[in-house]
Amino acid sequence: MIQARALAKRYGDRRVFAGLDVDVPDGGFLLVTGPNGSGKTTLLRVLAGLAAPSAGELQLPPRHTIGYLGHEPLVYRELTPLENLTLFGRLYRLPERGERIGMLLERFGLWEVRHERVSTFSRGMQQRLGLCRVLLHEPTHLLLDEPYNALDAEGAALLDAVFQEHSFEEPRAWVIATHEPQRVDRYATERLAFA
Amino acid sequence: MHLKLPALAAACTGLFGLAVVFAFFYAPADADQGLSQRIFYFHVPLALTSYACFGWGAWKALKYLRGRDERADLESYVAIHQGVIFGALTLLTGSIWARISWGVWWSWGEDELVLFLVLFLFYCAYFMLRFSVDPGPARANMSAVYALFGVVLIPVSFLAIRLSKQFIHPVVFKLQGPQMTGAQFFTFCVCLAAMLTLFATMYAIELAGKRLDCSLRELKELLS
Amino acid sequence: MTYASDVAALARKDLLLELRAKETLPSMLLFVIAALTIFHFALPNGTSDVAARGLLWAALIFTALLGLTRAFVAEREQSMFDALILTPVDRSAIWLGKAIAVLAFLVAAEIVALPAFAMFFHGLNGRTVAAVALADLGICTVGTLFGAMAVAGRARELLLPLLFLPMAIPIVVGGVGGYLWFLVLYDAIFALLSWAAFEYVVSEV
Repeated sequence: MIQARALAKRYGDRRVFAGLDVDVPDGGFLLVTGPNGSGKTTLLRVLAGLAAPSAGELQLPPRHTIGYLGHEPLVYRELTPLENLTLFGRLYRLPERGERIGMLLERFGLWEVRHERVSTFSRGMQQRLGLCRVLLHEPTHLLLDEPYNALDAEGAALLDAVFQEHSFEEPRAWVIATHEPQRVDRYATERLAFA
Repeated sequence: MHLKLPALAAACTGLFGLAVVFAFFYAPADADQGLSQRIFYFHVPLALTSYACFGWGAWKALKYLRGRDERADLESYVAIHQGVIFGALTLLTGSIWARISWGVWWSWGEDELVLFLVLFLFYCAYFMLRFSVDPGPARANMSAVYALFGVVLIPVSFLAIRLSKQFIHPVVFKLQGPQMTGAQFFTFCVCLAAMLTLFATMYAIELAGKRLDCSLRELKELLS
Repeated sequence: MTYASDVAALARKDLLLELRAKETLPSMLLFVIAALTIFHFALPNGTSDVAARGLLWAALIFTALLGLTRAFVAEREQSMFDALILTPVDRSAIWLGKAIAVLAFLVAAEIVALPAFAMFFHGLNGRTVAAVALADLGICTVGTLFGAMAVAGRARELLLPLLFLPMAIPIVVGGVGGYLWFLVLYDAIFALLSWAAFEYVVSEV
């Protein structure tokens, strides 16, 4: 569950948004739309606890329940996919991380390249690895910023599958920010449009 | 606020007039150094006021980190800004004093002067840090942390400078000379009070200006 | 216990990154040897060992600065602080892991630099080596915190020396004078302060 009241964010003198109410119940799916630079990214960063709101009330969920995907895939470029996921598996203290990591790499088509450096990957492959990192610790609060960014048709289909699989009985809250909402619109239970 | 500022400014002017009169006409001339010793009445209060500024800035920084109140961040910044101005004046008067007393513009033998050089370098970097980071909570956090390091660095540096003289300058300069007489001490106190009031006044003025700036920009934002 | 394993995982990641990139340590090594060579020509003939020892400290501080400037490059370029501070690890563990990695590089550079110094200048004694070891702790703990501040700014590489050098003055005093107790005091005070403050530097919330 993600809840915020009268949320506002300023950078110096520049106001990004103000008076925003966000309500995503467990099993809910909030679709945030708007053009580039309208504040989608800032909102997601605030909801993830990466940026402090300038005003308003926000109950941050515990950190280990948050899965956040930003503009960058948030993986070390000089490490391999396996090393990256093992590092985060350790930091999230996952008990059986080997299996989980193998399963995710397989699923996102990265198993064959698991021993190659991320810096040799295309942007789309890096995005897939970013998604693996987000899903690694089975978070219950998913905040994805332009998740389809840079994905090819195959990668996008893999991500579609993630959304399709999720059932609304699960206690998971989703917030997806995108400037092309048609791909995920059918899952949305709430909508927020930035101008 | 509206009443406080003119009152402060008036008190500051009065005390400063008094300080000048006392320092030049009331306090007895020093036996060894004569007239030049009178810069002492400005140099030392400037230094003490500068410490007060840095201390106040660090106190506000601590307050910011505890409550995340934007006003405390601004107050901390303004106090440190004033501290650097008073610190620069301390360096200047200290240098003049060194020239008169020992014929050199700079003396590594005077602890306080060296300490102010270190602090001056440290707090100038504070401004570089602030101007290099975009405004917001992250900048306020970092500024506050840096300001807190500053007050801890003051005693540590002082100790280090004391230690360094044992291997760089074996000769210890006797600065203070004989103990202050009653009249000298009284003059010193008046000068210190004047300097502290000057800090309070300048602090209030700069803060008021900065706050006005902020509200003006917020107003502009609302209108646009 | 989890704190220690978090720190270990983070420090190991940094060592692995360096093993791959091979940038920081080789440049620190080259720099320190080049600096010592410069000092040979900068010092007039027949200069005392004390003067040479003073320059050793200058070389070490600047070498450490080189390593500290590189310390958060990966985190900055790939926004990795976002990923790290969202994990449940204590933020100070991120600082400690990084400080340990920087310390490892610095010590590795000194393992070459100190014998080289002894060969070039004959001014090395046990007390200096002990002082260097203690100074390394202070340099790495404070430097890592300030390094994290510097990468948040626009000036970055330029900012860190400005922030750090005034803090390094007491270290140089303690090192050149061989005041081991003073270095211990410095390390204790500023390591504790850095440990407590790191959280505020990397996280807004």
